[in-house]
Amino acid sequence: MDFELSDEQRDIQRAAREFAEGEFPEMAREYDRKEEFPRELWKKACQLGFIGLFIKEEYGGQGLGILEHSMVMEEFWRVDPGCGNILLSIFGSEIVQLFGREEQKKKYLPPLPKGEAIMGTAITEPDAGSDITSIATRAKRDKDGYLVNGTKQFITNGSIADYLVVICVTNPEAESRLKRFSALIIETNRPGVEATKITGKLGIRASDTAELNFSDVRVPRENLIGTEEGQGFYQTMQLFNINRVIAASQGVGVAQGALDMAIKHVKQRKQFGQPLGAFQAIQFKIAEMATWVEAARALYYKAGWMIDNGKVDPKLISMAKWVAGEVGVKVANDALQLHGGYGYIADYDIERFYRDAKVVEIYEGTKEIEKNTIARELLGKL
Amino acid sequence: MDFELTNEQKDIKKAAREFAEGMFPEVAEECDLHETFPRTLWKKACDLGFVGVFIDEAYGGAGLGLLENVLIMEEFCRVDAGCAGVTLTTLGSEFILLYGREEQKKKYLPGLTKGETIMGMAITEPDAGSDVASITTTARRVKDHYVINGNKMFITNGSIADFIIVLCLTNENERVKSKRQSPILVETNRKGFEANQLKRKLGMRASDTSELHFSEVEVPLENLIGDVEGEGFYQLMAVFNRTRVTVAVINVGVAQGGLEKAISYAKQRKQFGIPIGSFQGIQFKLAEMASWIEAARTLCYKAAWMVDHGKIDPKLISMAKWFAGEVGVKVIDEVVQIHGGYGYLGEYGIERLYRDAKLAEIVEGTKEIEKLIIARELLGR
Repeated sequence: MDFELSDEQRDIQRAAREFAEGEFPEMAREYDRKEEFPRELWKKACQLGFIGLFIKEEYGGQGLGILEHSMVMEEFWRVDPGCGNILLSIFGSEIVQLFGREEQKKKYLPPLPKGEAIMGTAITEPDAGSDITSIATRAKRDKDGYLVNGTKQFITNGSIADYLVVICVTNPEAESRLKRFSALIIETNRPGVEATKITGKLGIRASDTAELNFSDVRVPRENLIGTEEGQGFYQTMQLFNINRVIAASQGVGVAQGALDMAIKHVKQRKQFGQPLGAFQAIQFKIAEMATWVEAARALYYKAGWMIDNGKVDPKLISMAKWVAGEVGVKVANDALQLHGGYGYIADYDIERFYRDAKVVEIYEGTKEIEKNTIARELLGKL
Repeated sequence: MDFELTNEQKDIKKAAREFAEGMFPEVAEECDLHETFPRTLWKKACDLGFVGVFIDEAYGGAGLGLLENVLIMEEFCRVDAGCAGVTLTTLGSEFILLYGREEQKKKYLPGLTKGETIMGMAITEPDAGSDVASITTTARRVKDHYVINGNKMFITNGSIADFIIVLCLTNENERVKSKRQSPILVETNRKGFEANQLKRKLGMRASDTSELHFSEVEVPLENLIGDVEGEGFYQLMAVFNRTRVTVAVINVGVAQGGLEKAISYAKQRKQFGIPIGSFQGIQFKLAEMASWIEAARTLCYKAAWMVDHGKIDPKLISMAKWFAGEVGVKVIDEVVQIHGGYGYLGEYGIERLYRDAKLAEIVEGTKEIEKLIIARELLGR
């Protein structure tokens, strides 16, 4: 065992923190209000090498692990979750890197760390969320490739992406429901692709979320990820194994950021002639918050480390994701409470963190799905 | 980073599990019922090398770390926390290891791992619990010995120990309150020493707890741990940094054992025509319980690993202790709940878990004290 970060990991963490602290605060509120993706910030992050840490060097990345990527995510979210999601501009590259053919990797991965392209992954549909196998978007084979029709919902980067991995039904006749799907790369400039940005999200409003409509979109056969149809469901599960750890790091980041604000506030704010922090009830709350954050962090570190060392443990990953989501919401709530009335208005950042934190309990598998996954591993088939 | 146990650690854990599963069940209920320390079991545990693994080889131990001790404790508590008390027979040896003189180490440590002696440490008093610096037991210097007077309360192994490290006031006139205490080793066969076992504890009833009376007990000056008086408070804090990690993992083990019982019960028990584990209400409970345990375990291992690597982090240790304590109580509450009426009755051994789990939130620093420590580190003065 070794619970210490390597020097390189420490350096990455420090660099990410410095970048976020230097860049995010001045723009976070504005981009939250405007519900706009901070494109310049994303470019800068690419230039500094924060984007695509886990993409192999031969494809323009840093060749590091999911753990390092998650650590950067935590540091970014600690300062601002909305801005922090510039790191999701490579969302879906995991599938390309794991299952793509060599020419697909060469074509789609290098532009991502360079800041030349943004991608996303389109899985959820209006009527298929947790129940992924109910996906209805159809990719019909014809002589030139696929004809795609359907609607995708709540798609991160949907209206800013250059290309998307889209999970489609390619084999509706397959006996097993799990073998009916394939992952296709669809460039968003193809005729028939329409993205409608969703506004009015509760939080992470600097992160783009869109509804996508595919209407007779022609996609060449070579855009199928890998060589074989019917693998989409399994590929998606692998993607989730990775992205749930990353989502867990977001929960830890938003919680740590909220805790930092709370500590600062209770040291400054005086009531009854003394700082709030001098009251034991406040001290205990702070102690509990910090402990939850530390526990959640330890779990996502472990889950990320396991993936990077070839020991993927879906139960542990779901635990990390669920605990971090819950801790994020709980700690943001407590931190807002400690700010009193000030916490409730937008002059203080904690109000935004309170809104931002909630998403971790919903995306990349709701907390209910995480618990289902854990319980299935514990109980087996009943 | 490396989140995997070494092969040696895995072997230790496995051996501890096998020993506990093989030996504890047959005595656990009896010891709980009669509130007796399982002396034969303790001897066996010593013979097999499970007691005092962190004691240096030079003094009869295995020369391993706190983490290995934690692994054993976890596995023992997974089967029965009361019986796991057989490893607490070294309680206070941390004082000797850290601060004792060479001859003290040679004299007092080897007997512990051989199963020849049991020790304890006496800190708490009727009127001084969390507020350690307020202890009033005095050790008066009279010529070549100390004369000890006072009462100690809730002392683990108090009535079965051969010797006890007693925190006493030696420097009452010292201006700073935390510089007035010293740890003094008292053999329990000395005149004026009296121990009364405290009966009717809520749980952990196989572990001995006593009230101690010291009435003009004479011990030689050489029984002062180390060479300097007045360091006791600070020494105790360093000892707590170790013992708290071991206590923290008690509830990881208790909770893990309870969880496994709940899982197997949920698979067997049928209601409304299907196993209750088929109900999502039960599934979600189990998922949450397992997640809390995993988080608590990771914190405990980390805290222990840090101690073993000379990076003592009292904040992390207190986090591990508080969190694991709470997780144990919370998980076992759900374990009883899932077992329903059967969980509430004595014969299934579930109600014992409910009683045992509570201790970790009180002993070795209450959870309130843990939170104070964490908050102090976070907020400063």
